[in-house]
Amino acid sequence: MPRTLFDKIWDAHLVATRIDGRDLIYIDRHVLHELHAPHAFEQLEKQQRPVRRPDLTFSMQDHTVSTQPGRTDETNPDGAAFLRAMRAGSKRNGIRVFDLGDPQQGISHVVAPEIGMVLPGATHAVPDSHASTVGGLGALAFGCGTTELGHILATQVMALKRPKSMHIQLDGKLDAHVTSKDVALKIIAELGVAGGRGYVVEYAGPVIRAMPIEQRMTLCNLNIEMGGRSGFVAPDDTTFNWIKGRPWAPIGSQWDEALAQWRTLASAGDAEFDSEHVLDCSNLEPQITWGTDPGQVLGISGRVPDPAGASDQSQRAAMESALAYMDLKPGMELKGLPVNRVFIGSCTNSRLPDLAAAADVVRGRKVAQGVTAMVVPGSSTVKREAEALGLDQIFRDAGFFWGESGCSMCAGGNGDRGKPYERIVSTTNRNFENRQGPKTRTHLTSPATAAAAAVTGRITDVRQLLGGNA
Amino acid sequence: MQPFRKHTGIAVPLLRDDINTDQVAPIASMRQLKPDYKTMLFARARQRDDGSEDPDFVLNKPQFRNPGILVTGQNFGAGSSRESAVWSMLANNILVIVARSFADIYRENCLQNGLLPVTLAPVDAETFEARVIAANGAAPFTVDLEMQRISGPGGADIVFEIAAADRMRLLEGLDDIGLTLKHADEIKAWEARMAAAQPWLQTAREQRG
Repeated sequence: MPRTLFDKIWDAHLVATRIDGRDLIYIDRHVLHELHAPHAFEQLEKQQRPVRRPDLTFSMQDHTVSTQPGRTDETNPDGAAFLRAMRAGSKRNGIRVFDLGDPQQGISHVVAPEIGMVLPGATHAVPDSHASTVGGLGALAFGCGTTELGHILATQVMALKRPKSMHIQLDGKLDAHVTSKDVALKIIAELGVAGGRGYVVEYAGPVIRAMPIEQRMTLCNLNIEMGGRSGFVAPDDTTFNWIKGRPWAPIGSQWDEALAQWRTLASAGDAEFDSEHVLDCSNLEPQITWGTDPGQVLGISGRVPDPAGASDQSQRAAMESALAYMDLKPGMELKGLPVNRVFIGSCTNSRLPDLAAAADVVRGRKVAQGVTAMVVPGSSTVKREAEALGLDQIFRDAGFFWGESGCSMCAGGNGDRGKPYERIVSTTNRNFENRQGPKTRTHLTSPATAAAAAVTGRITDVRQLLGGNA
Repeated sequence: MQPFRKHTGIAVPLLRDDINTDQVAPIASMRQLKPDYKTMLFARARQRDDGSEDPDFVLNKPQFRNPGILVTGQNFGAGSSRESAVWSMLANNILVIVARSFADIYRENCLQNGLLPVTLAPVDAETFEARVIAANGAAPFTVDLEMQRISGPGGADIVFEIAAADRMRLLEGLDDIGLTLKHADEIKAWEARMAAAQPWLQTAREQRG
């Protein structure tokens, strides 16, 4: 049987099939974060079970860390207990911590690829739903809960039911200022927030091949927002060039061996998928969410839909509820709506090219009066690299807050939140009610579109702002 | 894990689709390492803007204050993988969720904690939801995993399907790690094979000088 790339990675990591029919899939890289790991450490210790492979396990401090300069454990008082428990639990178990002050600290999904920890064809687990971000490198990643995290610590495998496979072909060519964030939002709008449930998704096609790695990661990051179990892009020369020379990447003869192996990581031309979709991305506009789930999406020139046109009662109720929460009316344009707050960051859009794209919009402009704008680099490495390029200065000169790296306002676990009824344009992944603060109204966009909102004070078509052909 | 055989309780109708884990267990209620999981459940939805209790939210209604079974729509548990969205159910004695469908990670988290996720055939789901609404908390329903049946007011027993492996795991309250560690030798052998074939996958550390 011709195999998909998912089949190849799954089969290569299949250790055994358990008595209950679940496949035991070996996890090559296990990365923890402080919101969930302390509980798992405690459970495991109660059971007197050791961590099987502390050398393949890594601890990130990202969800609760302050973004303030000179931060300590206490800068976010609610985070201190988590940070300390993470540090202590990791030490007891011989696990390296990417702690506050570590030059490589950052959001797990940003750090693991950028240091070369996660590699093509590897399996990866994180107790976080955005684990599949690293699928941008051709790794197979699974998000999990706290008990499953403990299971992986004790066994180094996940006990999984084999998911189904989906193929999404992205045809055409992206216009200027249109990115994988826009593509991902369009896909979620088309397939729905549960469209990927039960599937591992392979993203393919000319749009993918032309996409830099960071954008592939953004696309795979958002796979969970349509319910996907995992998502990835088959690696190619763009991938290999991106990895080469990163601190943890193989070197010397092992690099050559690894490269030869990685070149086999592709779906057979005649492999069959359980589900296949094609999206033509030519003429795709910048996308923006209007509602309270990531599937409620519009092109930037579009108009808010009318619940009267909903396909069923449940959808109509959801749309009406979203319109009320977001304070919008059917038929109106989002373009031109005043904005109170802009956030650029998160595992979705906080890598160097994301910040560079935003800086290109901001350069020579000021944050509009009345707008609070912040940029939070995804890792300490991204922060240093951005500063070396002078991007921080562009943001600061314009009136942005330039923060220390972490998850920040994505879920607000560190205290960075909006105020009630604020309209927020955010490069994050979830526009759920109350996520970025009680009663906040979040619109998800690309970094360029978010930057355009910051400097104009309104939801804006970035192509028009930059004098493009829109 | 506690074995699950049978659970009797008041069935609470929360008939909306796409309820996410941010709603079930808001991050703002997770500020302590050991938070109060009982009050965490739908903490935000339970309150009005001024912090007072919202009498219209279903779990605040007198007849649903001691719930046992949650009845809900499609894609329940979407979003964040946080397991507190399951623990907060257990803390409220909700040991069964009957949903039109579940998000993948949430369903896994249920199975890890002895919470029974039930999905009925569409026609049965409609009937059951109507019966739950009609019962309005006046009489309990019983979900029997051994018999794969739901019984209660308003009609005949409803049969549900569940994967045999999931059923066994819940019925026996199996120790998931113990089950896997029966394969410890195979895990070790896999590691040895991989260390020879693709050594870069069995080491994770800085490579350059």
